[in-house]
Amino acid sequence: MKFDTPAGQNSIDRMRIVGRPFRRVDGVRKVTGTAPYAYERHDAVTDPAYGWIVGATIARGRVTRIDAAAVRAAPGVLAVLTTLEHDAAPPGFRTTLHLFGGAEVRHYHQAVALVVAKTFEEARAAAHLVRIDYDAEPVRCDLAAEAHKAVPVADRDSPDYPEVDRIGDFAAALAAAPVTLDETYTTPDQTHGMMEPHATTAAWHDGQLTIWTSAQVVSWHRNSLAQALGIAREDVRLEAPFIGGGFGSKLIMRSDALLAALGARAVGRPCKVALQRPLIANNGTRRAGTIQRIRLGATHDGRLTAIGHHSVNGNLPGAYTEAAIAPTRLIYGAPNRELSMTLAALDLAEGNDMRAPGEAPGLMALEIAMDEMAEKLGIDPVALRIRNDTQVDPRKPQRRFSERHLIECLTVGAERFGWARRHPVPGSMRDDHWLLGMGMAAGFRQNLLMPSGARVRLEQDGRLSVETDMTDIGTGSYTILAQTAAEMMGLPVDAVTVRLGDSAYPEAAGSGGQFGANNAMSGLYAACTTLRASVAARLGFNAEDVEFAGGMVKAGSRSVPLRDAVEAGPLTAEDRITYGDLDKDFVQATFAAQFAEVAVNRFTGEMRIRRMLAVIDAGRVLNPLTARSQVIGAMTMGVGAALMEALAVDKRHGFFINHDLGGYEVPVHADIPHLDVVFLDHPDPVSSPMKAKGIGEIGLCGAAAAVANAVYNATGIRVRDYPITLDKLLDRLPRAA
Amino acid sequence: MRPFTYERAASTAAAVAAVAARPGARFIAGGTNLLDLMKVQIETPAHLVDIRHLPLRGIEDTPDGGLRIGALATNTEVASHPRVKRDYGVLARAIVAGATGQLRNKATTAGNLLQRNRCPYFYETTLPCNKRQPGSGCAALGGVTRSLAVVGTSPHCIAQNPGDMAVALRILDATVETVRPDGSPRTIAIGDVHLLPGDNPEIEHPLAPGELITAVTLPRPPGGTHHYHKVRDRASYAFAIVSVAAVLQKDGTGRVAFGSVAPRPWRVEAAEALLPHGPAAVVTTAFQGATPTAENAFKIPLAARTLALVLAEARA
Repeated sequence: MKFDTPAGQNSIDRMRIVGRPFRRVDGVRKVTGTAPYAYERHDAVTDPAYGWIVGATIARGRVTRIDAAAVRAAPGVLAVLTTLEHDAAPPGFRTTLHLFGGAEVRHYHQAVALVVAKTFEEARAAAHLVRIDYDAEPVRCDLAAEAHKAVPVADRDSPDYPEVDRIGDFAAALAAAPVTLDETYTTPDQTHGMMEPHATTAAWHDGQLTIWTSAQVVSWHRNSLAQALGIAREDVRLEAPFIGGGFGSKLIMRSDALLAALGARAVGRPCKVALQRPLIANNGTRRAGTIQRIRLGATHDGRLTAIGHHSVNGNLPGAYTEAAIAPTRLIYGAPNRELSMTLAALDLAEGNDMRAPGEAPGLMALEIAMDEMAEKLGIDPVALRIRNDTQVDPRKPQRRFSERHLIECLTVGAERFGWARRHPVPGSMRDDHWLLGMGMAAGFRQNLLMPSGARVRLEQDGRLSVETDMTDIGTGSYTILAQTAAEMMGLPVDAVTVRLGDSAYPEAAGSGGQFGANNAMSGLYAACTTLRASVAARLGFNAEDVEFAGGMVKAGSRSVPLRDAVEAGPLTAEDRITYGDLDKDFVQATFAAQFAEVAVNRFTGEMRIRRMLAVIDAGRVLNPLTARSQVIGAMTMGVGAALMEALAVDKRHGFFINHDLGGYEVPVHADIPHLDVVFLDHPDPVSSPMKAKGIGEIGLCGAAAAVANAVYNATGIRVRDYPITLDKLLDRLPRAA
Repeated sequence: MRPFTYERAASTAAAVAAVAARPGARFIAGGTNLLDLMKVQIETPAHLVDIRHLPLRGIEDTPDGGLRIGALATNTEVASHPRVKRDYGVLARAIVAGATGQLRNKATTAGNLLQRNRCPYFYETTLPCNKRQPGSGCAALGGVTRSLAVVGTSPHCIAQNPGDMAVALRILDATVETVRPDGSPRTIAIGDVHLLPGDNPEIEHPLAPGELITAVTLPRPPGGTHHYHKVRDRASYAFAIVSVAAVLQKDGTGRVAFGSVAPRPWRVEAAEALLPHGPAAVVTTAFQGATPTAENAFKIPLAARTLALVLAEARA
């Protein structure tokens, strides 16, 4: 099914099942431990060997010698694979890094050996015996120090934009503006911190490989692994039915998958490899830190006349840039603009995708700048954003937003949050020893369209099965797929069985970039549409005017049980959604208004979130329960970004020292009060037949800045260097005692 | 983790004898710290003597009105004990400010007291650390030091004692009862349990190999109001950046100790005497001679501000 004209009225619009708050269909399995993750596939693999990854202890240079004799002699050891005995594996999809092989070391904890033993404990113990010599080179790992060497760079994911994206005459407009702002903001390196580590169980059989792994997009992993192993993709079967979180870290294949496959081949039996938690921060990918300079010019009445956003980023040579300027292209109107990025070489773990790449760190900066501008202008921060709304792409004014209700997000949010009670003068609101502040920010995130396929099968017992290599990374894919199929076929949700994450199934969009739900549902919509036509044909209906409801197929006065269509045998249909070029005529995006109330202890600077609200405009909400979970999870991540999350670089050795979940702090339950979420109801017919848009990332966009602005409103202390930890407030808090 | 042998001790005397007899043997009770360290081979005991089931778990009144806490009483048991809650509130508050419910259910009083430090470089086993490998150097110096100690350190180690419970015990003037390998008991004042690093950071306490803590005894309750304020970057499940334990009397006097600022709970009696003069006076004296890094110098003003908060709360 090619989607190239806006959707008209269709079966999803009935919203009998889609749009309702169904609980997760996989919920019982999750809470009873019967939804096994990749490392726990005891049902599929018996008696596996266990691999333990040895990470490099230099950040840059060469491995000159690996002495593994003592390892090989250790109890239980079956094999040792060293990087010097393997050719460098070609980089996979969306990465420039080779995961194993060759002497070159490009980042700390790069995999340089795999110890395979009969038990996990034996592999771990033996790995301590390996002796590795390096020829180390000086490391580049301090972004601020390397920034002057950064070179202009294009946006990997938006290659149509020039390296310096100019509209109008930015310099002249800024010089002429009666009110201006020129500030620099920094965001730190972050790690994803998902609960399930990267993990793989691999088994070979007659030259064919099966891997059970933790992958957000099955086809990307499968292709990358086949390429790394030098085998055909058809010889790799990949299963990823359950995934314990990813946040972008599992979009690209990591060394666990390659090494499990190599380890299994080396020992002639299945092999399990997990990236040990302390390895993930330096061996895996990170959200790369940024230094962002924002310049704004405005008229006295608060109309932006100039927007400048320059972001400096650091990454491994050849790797991509965190597109922090991405939201600035489209969130506010202003006739004069200059947006650009530069990239410096750093020898740290590869910067790559993490939830809302580009938008999340970009808005952390831009939305503080807007708060600062509002104060300079003496205009309410909500009003300033409303005043600068745009309904068109500032670069191509004929290109309108398909649906854009940011103003409604802002007004609904301000009303519901009690924004009018905020005192605009910082430090004015108190509760005993706590300084209280309210802050807000706007959120923006693009809606991405990806082809996606599915197969449906109506069984003779009347049940419907759905098969697609779509993944559920904890988001609720199983549930909304079941709802969508049930809606389309007029069946109850519990008559639908959903099977996911298997490369034997039709290729789907996968989970990432908040593109999973809308695209995967649309692929399923296409398959169900095909199945409906087959049903109609079997039952002698004209496919155009048939309604599927209550287990019946109806047209006019004729009504036939759906099961009658499969009396002669099951019916199978497979289809996929592809997209025309509606996005050339329309910008598709999601919007948020984020509000936060924060208390800051006037003695210690400790910060506590009191409440938060997000008002979300993201098209049709397919399931308000799972959608809400996505948004509150993202808001929680925003709190982490605002107040605590930062990978700490040891600049001498070139690695992140806080490389576990004790050292890298993310919010815990005690940090997060009740979070309020409101969804606006604006289905987007330009997006897809589902009229839905992404929901997994918009909740993060703007959340951190809302918290930062609340801290400012509480204290009058403007911190432009994330995270806002209490040590950055102490010397400017009111006198103690 | 290296292979090790294991035995369950039949009695306290047998436990002490078993550890004393074998170099590299260790006691294990809750295991919440030891097992983690064994997995990364920072601890490599050849033999473990399990003491969990020994009769050292009771919490009893002492004849002089104090309280004797068995070495194996769990953090949860101590924090929820009626007399601890009533008479030694600072201890209950300090304990529940630490770790998580699950860990407090496993962790024992003696084990918690001797938990090892949380310097990130202590765990980075490929880099030098004078605690792990005496004489190898200190990788923390010049590295990431925000969480580390600012006072009581040496040029060989700036690791902080990260505990909460121990800070409360310090101001309660607890004494630690042990039994030595020869069977003789001794008592150690709480202020002598944690040693400063000096030239030998690897020596962290005065206990001889095989010497076992059997109880921690609290003297008569100190009265006053009890406070424990733990400052950290998130609201739970984190070690302190700075903590303040205080017992304050109506006349403005009291006791105070600081946590996570030094290699041991940091109580300076001469500083404490200045409580009537306010937090700045106390902290100036308590942190005399401090040698913070650029990254952790904020701990000293933070200590003063946290003490000011505690004093303000006491007045309220």
